[in-house]
Amino acid sequence: MTKIQTQYNRRSFIKISAAAGGGMLIGFSWLNGCKPNAPEMAEGLPLPEEWYEINGYIKIGDTGLVTIYSPNPEIGQNVRTSMPMIVAEELDVPWDHVVVEQAPLNTGFYQNQFAGGSLSIRLSWNALRMAGATGRRMLLEAAAKEWRVNVADLSASEGVITEINGDRSVTYGEIASKAVGIEVPKEVELKEPKDFKLIGTSQKNVDGKKIVTGEPLFGLDFHREGMKLAMIAHAPAFGMTVGDFNEAEIKAMPGVDDAFVIDTSINEPGMFDEKGFHQLIAIVGDSTWPLMQAKKALRVKWQTTGELESTALHKKRLADALEKGQVQESRRDGNPDAAFRKAAKVIERTYNCPFIAHNTLEPMNFFAHVTADGAELIGPTQTPEALEGSVAKMLNMPIENITVNMTRIGGGFGRRLYVHFGLEAAAISKKIGGPVKLIYTREDDMSQGTYRPTYSSVYKAGLDENNNLIAFSVRGAGLPEGPVFPNRFPAGAVENYSAEKIMAPTNVTTGAWRAPRSNFTAGAEQSFLDEVAELAGKDPIDFRLELFDRAIKDPVGGEYDYDAERYAGVLKMVKEKSNWGTPMPGVHRGVAAYFCHSTYVAEVFDMVMENGNPVIQKVWCAVDCGIVVNPDGAVNMIQGGVVDGIGHAMYSQLTFENGSPREMNFDTYKLIRHSQAPREIEVFFVENEIAPTGLGEPGLPPAMGALANAMYKATGVRYYDQPFMGMERQVLG
Amino acid sequence: MAKYSLKVNGKSVDVDVDPNTPMLWVLRDHLQLVGTKYGCGIAQCGSCTIHLGNAAVRSCQLPVAVVGSQEITTIEGLSEKGDHPVQQAWLEHDVPQCGYCQAGQIMSAAALLKNNPSPSDADIDAVMDGNICRCGTYVRIKQAIKTAAKTQSA
Repeated sequence: MTKIQTQYNRRSFIKISAAAGGGMLIGFSWLNGCKPNAPEMAEGLPLPEEWYEINGYIKIGDTGLVTIYSPNPEIGQNVRTSMPMIVAEELDVPWDHVVVEQAPLNTGFYQNQFAGGSLSIRLSWNALRMAGATGRRMLLEAAAKEWRVNVADLSASEGVITEINGDRSVTYGEIASKAVGIEVPKEVELKEPKDFKLIGTSQKNVDGKKIVTGEPLFGLDFHREGMKLAMIAHAPAFGMTVGDFNEAEIKAMPGVDDAFVIDTSINEPGMFDEKGFHQLIAIVGDSTWPLMQAKKALRVKWQTTGELESTALHKKRLADALEKGQVQESRRDGNPDAAFRKAAKVIERTYNCPFIAHNTLEPMNFFAHVTADGAELIGPTQTPEALEGSVAKMLNMPIENITVNMTRIGGGFGRRLYVHFGLEAAAISKKIGGPVKLIYTREDDMSQGTYRPTYSSVYKAGLDENNNLIAFSVRGAGLPEGPVFPNRFPAGAVENYSAEKIMAPTNVTTGAWRAPRSNFTAGAEQSFLDEVAELAGKDPIDFRLELFDRAIKDPVGGEYDYDAERYAGVLKMVKEKSNWGTPMPGVHRGVAAYFCHSTYVAEVFDMVMENGNPVIQKVWCAVDCGIVVNPDGAVNMIQGGVVDGIGHAMYSQLTFENGSPREMNFDTYKLIRHSQAPREIEVFFVENEIAPTGLGEPGLPPAMGALANAMYKATGVRYYDQPFMGMERQVLG
Repeated sequence: MAKYSLKVNGKSVDVDVDPNTPMLWVLRDHLQLVGTKYGCGIAQCGSCTIHLGNAAVRSCQLPVAVVGSQEITTIEGLSEKGDHPVQQAWLEHDVPQCGYCQAGQIMSAAALLKNNPSPSDADIDAVMDGNICRCGTYVRIKQAIKTAAKTQSA
């Protein structure tokens, strides 16, 4: 039994009134038409009259209904199901007695309330277990006190406390009122993973019914009586800003209440603050369509303040950076230069990728209501805490006077780590003196991005006369940050190794895009290793396993960033599951493996040619993320990552001319569609008892490499430059 | 501005809007039916798919003035209890990730099955290619459509 120190300052369960909606945390049932989860989630259990709350995660009703608060933003990674499952496991309640509510931002209580870096489950694993175990222990103590026995004489399971050598039993709902006054234990016991009953079972998305019936869930759906709508216009190019505009004409248009310039710049901006467009034109009215017409009627004297960059310039900057750019980070083992000179075979290849936009399907939006005393913000954010801090700075208001609540989020992928749209909503609300919901058009969204940087990497490998890899180097540049992770594989596995990460400037705003840097580097590196294995005359999986073997038995140089046993483990698993090596006539296979965000993923793509088109018949995935909390939800994440990886490797790009993105909507910016997705994606998980890591990002990076390697087998062509097929051609599923 | 009497989800409703206003914004801003989503505004993503009679249409490109007396069905009116075979199949396959596109996907799939009760993979692709899922739930959507087709024909 694992013991864990609790960290709560609250003394006890407290009784909270159901009349007030069930307590302080539930006081924000603000969505128009939002109904309680109870009917579909807890059939047969009546709604409680009294609720008892323990620690901000758990509220137990007198009927046995349990509310579990999900602390983190839900961007589609399904944490609103998996995080409460972890609490319910340790609390030991039947899952169908549980309803899930979104917790508000509460930095005093919850930790790590953000959605990024595939970290939600990994960082909160202990806190969620502790919350459940603490509740269970306090209910046991309440029953022990009531029956005048020791806690050791009782057991708790499935929401019922039973006397081990007696006849008495009581449900959590019945005993909850008696837990008021029981002190929070200093230490609680956690279950052994082998005793998990709920973790490791597939549970459906707790919001599934609401999603398929179109209930208001998203930021764009939020409605508050009396609120205005607003749209913004930013300068049409990076390197430009707002100037005078036809204000009187716009204000006179039907459906327009007001039009003005806002400024969202703040002192000492943080990493999630806007770097490009701080001055914007805001137009306010009552409905969306007239605002869209007003935006079209804007005539603005935009001011040029910086360089107006182009894709041609970006390519030149990357080439220059590779030649003589500023090295940000590097690693060097052995003597790569000497090793390349004496190598029997040397191969060098260059890989490129363009800027890409996140394109969450729900465009940026936020609700804000700023008054003299405070600011209320509601909407889709991956970083509520960063938003709160930046709004406080912009409004020059104490942080305590600001509240942030999170709606369900129509896609994140890193885009909503950035908080400018929340600040813009707050600035507009302050100006008009009332509540407002800001909505971006798709064009606003795609042209005011925090894009994935454009990258270029040169890989070089040297083989000796026995086809052993004796030298490996990578030099990678990016605007404005290089894509190389110097201590990742194959660091530690090659005698002579060099890695250099190089930066070059741009005024195009960039940021974290699903699996930052890995989303390019995995594809480049894994395509390159495929080519090196071919040059060595070795099977691509066996070639990689040889390298991991070296990293395990006789590691080269200082520390490296991966667990070679687990890395090799997913390759071995995908090899076995896919019957790799068994000839399959007409099927062309490519493999890749990558480790990022603490999770290991290997993928095999099976491709066939039909009517001259490459078709992805099946994708096999092997994943090691430690304990799998919700297996079918985990499969969904990996499947989505694979499809996303294929789509962005194949089709998507953002190009620039005179500082403006040429692609502003889905007519020119291509995203993967149904017919291009694989026909089947099967996912296998390594079974172990290691604390769980995340799945939001790791499924994507290897897909780009496995795809390129399968396409080579199918077509005889190596693909070095993303997007592999641009707008013209496609791979079918 | 002009007054229109519309039939939405079996009910008669009156709105007073600019004749060019797309049904998407009539539904969302004037009728508080926000299940129909805005994604691109140029009929490229399918998030705003509704039924006009029996046909799936992109409501962002459907001006209110051309609707006339035709029946409009939105995700909120697809079934009374959220139990249309397509909705049930979506739950069975636990399709959604972020969920934002799914109302549009479901409306496209429901129209497909009404017109073609047992579609082939190619039939599904041809119709569903108009609906983008940014999270990449395409494999599950296809499975769910096949399940719904079986349920409907049973």
